[in-house]
Amino acid sequence: MRQFKYLLFAALMFYMLLFPSEVSAATNAAGPGGGSLLTLSAIDMVVIVLYFVIVLIIGWYLKKYASTGDDFFLAGRKMTMWIAGLSFISANLSSLETMGWSAMTYQYGMLGAHAYLIGAIPAILFLAVFMLPFYYICRTHSVPGYLKLRYGEGARSLAGISFTFLTIMVSGASMFAMAKILHLLLGWDMNVSIWVSSITVAIYVTLGGLLSAVFNEVLQYFLIWAGSLLIPILGLIQVGGWHKMMAAIQENVKVIHPTVQNADFTGLWRNLGSFDTNPMGIDWFGMVFGLGLAVSFGYWCTDFLQVQRVIVAKDLRSAQNGTIIGAALKMLVLLIVTLPGLLGLVVLLNPDGTPMILVPESDPRAGITHHTYNDVLPLLMGHYLGPGLLGLGVTAMIAGFMSGMAGNISAFATVWTYDVYKPLINKKAHDKHYLNMGRWSSLLGVFISIGTAYALFFFSNILEYLQVLVFFFIVPLFGTVILGMFWKRATPAAGFWGFLIAILASMSMWAYVHTFPDGYYPQPNMSISKNAVVMVERTPDPKGDKITRIVVESGSVNLINVPISMESGQKLETAGNFTIKDGIANILASKKEKDRDVQIRVFAPEVMLADTHTVGKFGVEGIPVTLKPGVEVCAKHISAKFAPAAFNPDHTQYIARSKKAMPMAVNMYSGWWSLVVCLVVTILVSFVTKPKPVAELKNLVMGLTPLPDEGPCPWFQKPIFWAAVVTAVLVLINIIFW
Amino acid sequence: MNNDEKQIPIWFFIGCLLTVYGALILCSGIYNFLVPPEHPVALAHIHADIWWSILLMVVGLLYTIKYWPSKIKSSTKNEKASKEMSKVS
Repeated sequence: MRQFKYLLFAALMFYMLLFPSEVSAATNAAGPGGGSLLTLSAIDMVVIVLYFVIVLIIGWYLKKYASTGDDFFLAGRKMTMWIAGLSFISANLSSLETMGWSAMTYQYGMLGAHAYLIGAIPAILFLAVFMLPFYYICRTHSVPGYLKLRYGEGARSLAGISFTFLTIMVSGASMFAMAKILHLLLGWDMNVSIWVSSITVAIYVTLGGLLSAVFNEVLQYFLIWAGSLLIPILGLIQVGGWHKMMAAIQENVKVIHPTVQNADFTGLWRNLGSFDTNPMGIDWFGMVFGLGLAVSFGYWCTDFLQVQRVIVAKDLRSAQNGTIIGAALKMLVLLIVTLPGLLGLVVLLNPDGTPMILVPESDPRAGITHHTYNDVLPLLMGHYLGPGLLGLGVTAMIAGFMSGMAGNISAFATVWTYDVYKPLINKKAHDKHYLNMGRWSSLLGVFISIGTAYALFFFSNILEYLQVLVFFFIVPLFGTVILGMFWKRATPAAGFWGFLIAILASMSMWAYVHTFPDGYYPQPNMSISKNAVVMVERTPDPKGDKITRIVVESGSVNLINVPISMESGQKLETAGNFTIKDGIANILASKKEKDRDVQIRVFAPEVMLADTHTVGKFGVEGIPVTLKPGVEVCAKHISAKFAPAAFNPDHTQYIARSKKAMPMAVNMYSGWWSLVVCLVVTILVSFVTKPKPVAELKNLVMGLTPLPDEGPCPWFQKPIFWAAVVTAVLVLINIIFW
Repeated sequence: MNNDEKQIPIWFFIGCLLTVYGALILCSGIYNFLVPPEHPVALAHIHADIWWSILLMVVGLLYTIKYWPSKIKSSTKNEKASKEMSKVS
């Protein structure tokens, strides 16, 4: 009977995926071509549905292996090193990661590879060799659980509550991002995407717990490679090899990224001497200490989502070797993330053979006439993958999102049950009770995530800085854990205050760089409504006609911070609703703001072109506009003292050492300073407060933790040997691509 | 894990899925070879769908055969039997 229900559910999903428009009113996809970015065939759909069926079968099958709390939350602590390692790296390899870093590589060139080199490998090896013994020997079930043993209830509660809150927010954000991407790429209805994926995740995590999440992560890893590896292989064949690709990149970036055309896109380190010689606007100090130390160590060594995957290995040696396998696999991801980002700069061409220009989301042409950076991987999929293979690529993408969600939900259930519910609400229940709490909290976690995803429909800008806030929580956590593990003098009070003050410092820095005491004025822009009739004046140009003036003949326009004046010179209101009469009104190409000219952006996603009587669309900036009599104007004047999406250069210079520092550089430096604050406060408070007795620190602190004897093993099975091999490869890659 | 039954390893599920995917994509690739599509993808002439799907099938079949559930069960039975024999002796 139960099997029948699952088959029914699978059939329902199949129907919803094949006929989304009949299940829920489908909306128009928003690709620049007017339709979906990718078109799937029937065989692609079968490939996708098969994936959903198999994850449900796995969840159903594993239910009988999750009958105790240890089974459900820690997968029985029986994972082999390969499963632990694959799950460890797969939990990180979500689709946001693959699409996001391909886009970063398209934007920043080879610097995007640092996320898979100095931004990951040293931290993963440090976790494997130095930190895992403490996590493993003290038999903690979570990172907040370690804080309880080392510092006491205060630090644990702070970490537990913050982690559960942020985990569920990230899970919801991931769900929302998946629905949005599938809508843009394939035209799928967002509601269907959210509900089908979240119900599937809810079923398999609630049934099988962490074991189910881990199994699906391993499955996802194989799917990602099966669906993505062809892109770099075919790309390199098409461009004629690595060297030809690099030469073409340095030529094409002059057209694709004209604002940083003198920057070096092909080096890892040689362009990090100053802030303006590379496209990321960062220097070597920010890269090494911000990304390489603070952010990377915080994420890889103390984010429980990651650590949980390896502390459930069957023994310490498997946990350590599994983590090192994870490090090696992380470097391999360069092939399917960084390489496609670089290939995008070369193989994506317009019909006339010129390089296709992708733009940031904030660009006025984004989604209207141009694709965005985030589209680089899907564009390459459409470029190289035919029927069947495309379905596999899209399946890999969906699998990445779903396993990311499942990872967050299983980590949430563990921390909620063991670090919030058990110590603060019900201390003395039986194991069966906590097991049931785990199942219910998994289900609850999915539904809160769905709520978060729907909240993002209305407050989508939250998505932009949610990930940054997570980093700012995790970096202080790393400072607190690392001092706890390696300095026995660190006191319980210091652990709590160092952690709390560093979180507050991170948030204060974030608020500071987004504060504008003199007021922040969004770039002036004008959007032309759907029913407007527009005449576009152009001058011929070999590379495509250039728009020289836009004349709005009828309809309505929305203006934000745009000055407008009549032909007679009379200035009109910059806020309010009115209709142009008695003459024509003009909007200049740019306006003066402080001591600089700011270009005015014009968006026209769907207008009627007066000369051809056809529907057209364009997005431009710095073009004068004329409004004819009868045009309705809705003008707004917006200014703010605080703008989460903008950085104040006058303030960033104190955080990131330069006014030229770009957002990525500011985030890296903020991570570095919050680590410094955490270490300094913890050390200072430790000197004036009472430490724990040495007897209570056994198995928690270096020097007081005897490593268990796991028997003799040959040299080629020793973690330290493989850590040395991975380190050597890391150094070699950095030298080769210096 | 207090269930005595030996678990089917994840590798078996992966093997099955890759085999089925390989077979599906191979069929699609052969069809596209015989009836070329109107708008082919880049480098369609090297027929990546055919050789990639064969690779997927080979990897999938290796995993499926190596981790076939009856093999796992019989190895578990053998382990139990040898344990009982050692107890008796």
